[in-house]
Amino acid sequence: MELEKFSYDNKIPKLFAIATITWGVVGMLVGVLAAFQLAFPVLNFGLEFTTFGRVRPLHTNAVIFAFVGNAIFTAVYYSMPRLLKTPMWSNALSKIHFWGWQLIIVAAAVTLLSGFTTSKEYAELEWPIDIAITLVWVVFGVNMMGTILTRRERHLYVAIWFYLASWVTVALLHVVNSFELPLSALKSYSWYAGVQDALVQWWYGHNAVAFFLTTPFLGMMYYFLPKAANRPIYSYRLSIVHFWSLIFIYIWAGPHHLLYTALPEWAQSLGTTLSLMLLLPSWGGMLNGLFTLRGAWDKVREDPVLKFIVVAVICYGMATFEGPMLSLKNVNAISHYSDWTVAHVHIGALGWNGFLTFGMMYWLIPKMFNTNLYSRKLASTHFLIGTLGIVLYAVPMYWAAFRTYFMMTAFTPEGQLQYQFIDVVQSIVPFYALRAIGGSIYLIGVFLLVYNLVKTAKQGKFVESEEASAAPLTKGYKAPAKAHWHEKIERKPVMLLVLSFIVVGIGGLVEMVPTFLIKENVPTIASVKPYTPLELHGRDIYIREGCNNCHTQMIRPFRYEVARYGEYSKAGESVYDHPHLWGSKRTGPDLARIGGKYPDSWHFNHMLEPTSMAPGSVMPPYPWLFEKTINIGATNSKIHAMRKLGVPYENGYEAEAVNDLKKQAEKITASLEKEKIKIPSDKEIVALIAYLQRLGTDIKAEKTSK
Amino acid sequence: MKFINYLEKISGVSIFPIISLVLFTAVFLLVIIYAMKTSRESISEMENIPFDDN
Repeated sequence: MELEKFSYDNKIPKLFAIATITWGVVGMLVGVLAAFQLAFPVLNFGLEFTTFGRVRPLHTNAVIFAFVGNAIFTAVYYSMPRLLKTPMWSNALSKIHFWGWQLIIVAAAVTLLSGFTTSKEYAELEWPIDIAITLVWVVFGVNMMGTILTRRERHLYVAIWFYLASWVTVALLHVVNSFELPLSALKSYSWYAGVQDALVQWWYGHNAVAFFLTTPFLGMMYYFLPKAANRPIYSYRLSIVHFWSLIFIYIWAGPHHLLYTALPEWAQSLGTTLSLMLLLPSWGGMLNGLFTLRGAWDKVREDPVLKFIVVAVICYGMATFEGPMLSLKNVNAISHYSDWTVAHVHIGALGWNGFLTFGMMYWLIPKMFNTNLYSRKLASTHFLIGTLGIVLYAVPMYWAAFRTYFMMTAFTPEGQLQYQFIDVVQSIVPFYALRAIGGSIYLIGVFLLVYNLVKTAKQGKFVESEEASAAPLTKGYKAPAKAHWHEKIERKPVMLLVLSFIVVGIGGLVEMVPTFLIKENVPTIASVKPYTPLELHGRDIYIREGCNNCHTQMIRPFRYEVARYGEYSKAGESVYDHPHLWGSKRTGPDLARIGGKYPDSWHFNHMLEPTSMAPGSVMPPYPWLFEKTINIGATNSKIHAMRKLGVPYENGYEAEAVNDLKKQAEKITASLEKEKIKIPSDKEIVALIAYLQRLGTDIKAEKTSK
Repeated sequence: MKFINYLEKISGVSIFPIISLVLFTAVFLLVIIYAMKTSRESISEMENIPFDDN
């Protein structure tokens, strides 16, 4: 058989590796800032571009799409050619992919800090960037598929299945979650509303964890662990079984983000059940990784690469045990909206994603520069510091979560709530400080990595490409008699892609179709009416400033919660919320029924200087809302877009909308004047007050009219 | 772009997740059986793919 000559390119993997590490440092720095802001609110700097509400989504987008994203591409562009014995199909597409992705990241940073956001978690980027992501993702997919179809190794190794499944599912998730109607160059409204939007968002959000943070990294593990340990994976059979189970079950887990909310009960139960089942295939992956090192643990003691990979896999196991536990309703009652969720996320992110990436880099960079790692000792020090960082991050957060729970649920003997929300915040602040220190320690470890790898590159010589040769695939291949059924799929990449797509599609369909198409699931409440034009402006300001990063709008049916916030939230109340703002973390109190609780002047003072109304608050001030004027010109396009999305504004309402807006604004400024507060009625704060005073009042209207 | 309510009630819709569960269990069992049946040679070939390029 004649051998064909070709070469593996290292230039593109090197570019992706540099991007990974650079954005990792940036994203983690932003994370450290955000963490310290919660303990020391002065670090919000009084500027709209640096408030926590805008900084936090920048952190999540940077670490997920910039750091983890580039790490995935590094792994794929390095391992795929070698596993398939062919170079990446198109160097031009590789370059477009690389530069396109980095441009998207820069656009994300600029737009998010400027307040252009959809508010949807992990999908905050506005519609033009969503389109760019789709295009770059297609380029990536075409390049991957082209490489697979021109391969010289017939069998697709397990890592490739994970890469393929990740690609197709992320495409599905991104497209479905991004259905939005643009109103202007950088503003859109979600096609979905209320309950349906919550379900779609968390179908997306959980599966972003699954198919962006987990499955591509399992692919990474299945390639780099055997390479680093120089022994094959423990059980190839196990990898087949856990691959299919994982991708089927994962999709259903989304509703575990919505337990005890207004999501229909049957959907919550499905989420819990499938999340529990998910433990098994996840641990299948973990055990496969760990057992690969059976009998070779002495290697782990010597090699920092293996240390990082082992702890990464252990953190994966920890997070995938904790996750199912958090999906149990009784556990979730404690953890939801609390710092427990944050701890859980960061065990996975710092441990599994971070450490596996570092392990890969410590193995890959020396290889690409044809030299040894500059300092094993420094890498081992990084390992220790990083591990300490993870522990010091997670433990304060667990403590804070339990402390919060006990304080929030405490009643006096007379039957009153024992603690105000502000008391809880004050007692948690020291834990926020500790967590910020933990994160900083983790980041210091990353600086050690940067130093070590730069020195490594300098002492070596970059190998631009590696020569290789292999026989081409024969046409008309006949499987040997003993070949099993799954091998057929492993040989047929298109079939693998289509089957994976069908498998991941099932969970979403079963959960979303009934929620969308069956009336009973979203009971309508007659007294719930659309927002007024002024309130719509206020809502968009709430979204712009990222208020939903600290405040929820979903009261659960618990006695302590109803006592504190009012009647629990019904599904029918958020039918006009495009997108929903149920929120997922209570750094500040729930706002679902804030309407009418405080006078307009309270909100005025609170937004100008939170500590004036709530001493000890960690909320930053929002002075620019008192300077900026409402964008009245956008009113009609907002009404028009909402009507298109199904909100029942009367036809031709645009003619009166601005007048209604001005009348309502003047009412508010009049009531403020009574309390000696003078503000022009066209300032943004007036719109925000209108919105806040509306929240949760619709069903009260029904009650009083009865 | 309003969602049309095709059905009024949800009762009876539980047949869909039941079908999914049955389908999943069936496919899972099949996959396990075939994974166990693969010959040791084929497994050894596949698990060594990352090392072939040396």
